[in-house]
Amino acid sequence: MHTEPTGGVSRREILGTGAATASMLAAPAMAAVTPDKAREADPPLVRVMLTVNGKPENLTLDARTTLLDMAREHLKLTGSKKGCDHGQCGACTMIVEGRRVNSCLSLAVMHDGDTITTIEGLGTPDKLHPMQAAFVRHDGYQCGYCTPGQIVSAVAMLEEVRSGAPSFVSPDLEHAEYSDTEVRERMSGNLCRCAAYPNIVAAIGDVHAGKKS
Amino acid sequence: MKFDKPAGPNPTDRMRILGKPFDRVDGAIKVAGQAPYSYEYHDIAPNAAYGVMVGAGIGKGRIATMDTRDAERAPGVLLVLTHRNAPKMFGQQKKQNTTSQESSEGSEEAKGAHAAPQLQGRDIKQHDEAVAFVVAETFEQATAAAHLVRIGYSAGKGRFSLTEGARNAKPNPEAEDAHVGDFDGAFAAAAVKVDVTYTTPNQSQAMMEPHATLAMWSGDQLTLHTSHQITHWSTEGVADTLGIPHDKVRCVCAYIGGGFGSKLEVYGDAVLSAVAAQKLGRPVKCALTRPQIFNHTTHRPPTIQRLQLAAGRDGRLLAMGHTTWTGDQEGARGELATEQSRLMYGGANRKLETYIATLDLPKGGSMRAPGEAAGLFALEGAMDELAEALDMDPVELRIVNDVQQDPTTQDKVRPFSDRKLVECMRQGAAKFGWDRRNRRPGQMRDGSLLIGHGMAGGIRNNMVKASGTRVTLQSGGRVLVETAMTDIGTGSYTINAQTAAEMLGVPLDRVSIKLGDSLFPKAAGSGGSWGGNSSTAGTYAACMALRTAIAARMGMPADAEFVDGQIRAGGRSIPLASAAANGPVVAEDTITYGDLEKTYAQASFAAHFCEVAVSAVTGEVRVRRMTSAFSAGRILNAKTARSQCLGGMTMGIGAALMEALQVDERFGYFANHDLAEYHVPVHADIPDLDVIFVDSLDTKSSPMKARGVGELGICGVGAAVSSAVANATGVRVRDFPITLDKLLPHLPKVA
Ligand code: FES
Ligand code: FES
Repeated sequence: MHTEPTGGVSRREILGTGAATASMLAAPAMAAVTPDKAREADPPLVRVMLTVNGKPENLTLDARTTLLDMAREHLKLTGSKKGCDHGQCGACTMIVEGRRVNSCLSLAVMHDGDTITTIEGLGTPDKLHPMQAAFVRHDGYQCGYCTPGQIVSAVAMLEEVRSGAPSFVSPDLEHAEYSDTEVRERMSGNLCRCAAYPNIVAAIGDVHAGKKS
Repeated sequence: MKFDKPAGPNPTDRMRILGKPFDRVDGAIKVAGQAPYSYEYHDIAPNAAYGVMVGAGIGKGRIATMDTRDAERAPGVLLVLTHRNAPKMFGQQKKQNTTSQESSEGSEEAKGAHAAPQLQGRDIKQHDEAVAFVVAETFEQATAAAHLVRIGYSAGKGRFSLTEGARNAKPNPEAEDAHVGDFDGAFAAAAVKVDVTYTTPNQSQAMMEPHATLAMWSGDQLTLHTSHQITHWSTEGVADTLGIPHDKVRCVCAYIGGGFGSKLEVYGDAVLSAVAAQKLGRPVKCALTRPQIFNHTTHRPPTIQRLQLAAGRDGRLLAMGHTTWTGDQEGARGELATEQSRLMYGGANRKLETYIATLDLPKGGSMRAPGEAAGLFALEGAMDELAEALDMDPVELRIVNDVQQDPTTQDKVRPFSDRKLVECMRQGAAKFGWDRRNRRPGQMRDGSLLIGHGMAGGIRNNMVKASGTRVTLQSGGRVLVETAMTDIGTGSYTINAQTAAEMLGVPLDRVSIKLGDSLFPKAAGSGGSWGGNSSTAGTYAACMALRTAIAARMGMPADAEFVDGQIRAGGRSIPLASAAANGPVVAEDTITYGDLEKTYAQASFAAHFCEVAVSAVTGEVRVRRMTSAFSAGRILNAKTARSQCLGGMTMGIGAALMEALQVDERFGYFANHDLAEYHVPVHADIPDLDVIFVDSLDTKSSPMKARGVGELGICGVGAAVSSAVANATGVRVRDFPITLDKLLPHLPKVA
């Protein structure tokens, strides 16, 4: 290893694996991977049985497979998007056991027996879910990449409000009520760089009002 | 069809379908999760292997040691590409002599202008440039094995600071400077002046879909499904990089999860997937990881901008000086932040100078309104400061300095094709309630919140590009539109379908449309806001050719009317569908342009009005409302155009308040390289935004009479926000973004 320290930076800090992109300071830990460990076989394959969009699925997966990659690469349900793979954007949102989750942050093997809904389970182009139809009407999207996550998130979010679960902006922790401010707060885990935000809030408002009447 | 004379009346003027706020024609499949983005073609490549790129861990230097043995032995690994086994690749052949940002995005290009060689040696030019590419049976295996590539670096000394680089910056060969009249004399003598320096940071496009490619070979023919804004730039870029003829590469860019300029270039995902797929004899796909995007792909380069504005007591500009410094890699253009100052306001004595420093940071590129977005921060911020110095309303100041011809081009009169900046200001001000603004800073309160109102103007140069379309009247009377044009969220599918429906007199649901395939007629693509206007002009041209062909086939005169599914002329009316009774009728044409872009100054205009609330306690800034008025020629779809503007306004708010890539000057990289650390606006940051379109038609721009709108929304927003903050607090922050640490020390003491 021929590393030339530059301005106050130690040799150890520069020594890194090629994948040490997160931070140079993390490099020493990553470089500590020993050759022996590297030669280990894949982690064992694990059987997972779960219900996706009403359909029972029986999969044998590499234990490292995320719930998101299980859907996208194994079930070929590519409607759930991978925007970051780090739990930072919400493009991968699924409804798991009634709650919305960032599916990229969850391993598939943790969901044995679970019931999961993805965007494909909400509706189809010919038979859109009311939330999907409202997004089209209000132009609640542009490139469409964050959109499945926004829609799935919105559907689950309305349930959360209905059940009275409070958020950071709820004036009353006992009785959360629907408002645009609540929607903006609760949807803030779903990034949209095209910034259809006002249209998304309007679409969700439509669905909320429709459900009420 | 060559567009070389201003457009007269034409079938687009009917506006039965054009202009209407139709829902997107690709809407249902997008909301249902059925639109396939580049990584998602299981149907055509069920056995695709997974590629994971390994990026360099230093900003500049050399690879000293490289050990791939463990990675190669890891389970499932099929191939590890490094500089040792990568094929020779080819870069740009000769430097093109371009004079402006526009032409560097433009047409007469050097061979290899879009090439992107990867893994060509031990030298490292930027952080996260590709140093290895690991391909395995599964994504998990490839990801794990990528961590086993062991690389030792010999780090070199890099130039990573613009502040330092600016001291020895050179005139920017990519920019056109201007010296008009006697700037120094006029500035020195003027009654009222401001001389202020603004800075803007490196920013990231941060579109939601990572750059991704699926590569597959059939013999010597390569097909890429890839996330790129301009189909033929991608095709040519990959072909030139690999040294194969352009026609051996087909690129499909059917659905693209945003771009904002980032996807105007070819990156490691495309080139390395192509190489690996050839070596392995099977399809390979790769998506850049989110952290790689920030350093491997382009970004908006930083600027330092000095504004020197001088006016008489009546507010009329006497001298306008804009000097900018930017930084980029050798040969790259940086951010050309003086562009808008050429055209925005009058003033007989002008100085525009642009300097560039060589930096070893990741290469800069285009981000939404390259040039103007950063330049208007400073120009419009300084105009607000000038209004303050004059004790004049900032709207009035802009209005007295409006011009109807290019104020910088001196040797000939170059009128604006259609300039409605003043109308934007007036309509925006009225809707916002600007007359209720308190001009004195720090006077409006709402509890512990300081309230402020600010405004700014915006301009974005209008560009047009050659663009082709094929239109087919199918048996049964349906219309098929095919063009290599892309839709990156802009609405190209919808407005091109609307154009065909309008031109051929059929309802929108009778039109099918296919985009983003290099096998279709070569098109403008999505960049520089030229896509909507240029691609629909191409569709217009093809439809005119189809009308001629149909009329000839049916024995109707060439000027027959196409309306309500009928062809009508001289009292005769026949169903359009009957023209295809004996087989489809096909026409293809490309719109090209004369010199109207040169003889007329063409630009779109905006005015933004903004209310902010600043916490007197924490310095946190929230945008409470914003009204923006836009003039962009004919609006082709009121719904999708409004969405474009909302997107631009929001990105402008992000730029004003939160977006900045933080340079680690020890290692030469952007440290906040993910979406948790690089902040973009979220739902909670953005209130309802109000968009007004000012009626206009631009007959000099294209037969569509439209102009670009996609980048216009961001132009000027940042200055409206910063002016509102100054109005709220009395504190003028000239170093963007306006984060609370820059505001807090200067806020009035909380009682
Ligand atoms: S992909 Fe899961 S949060 Fe971004
Ligand atoms: S629609 Fe493009 S990111 Fe939301």
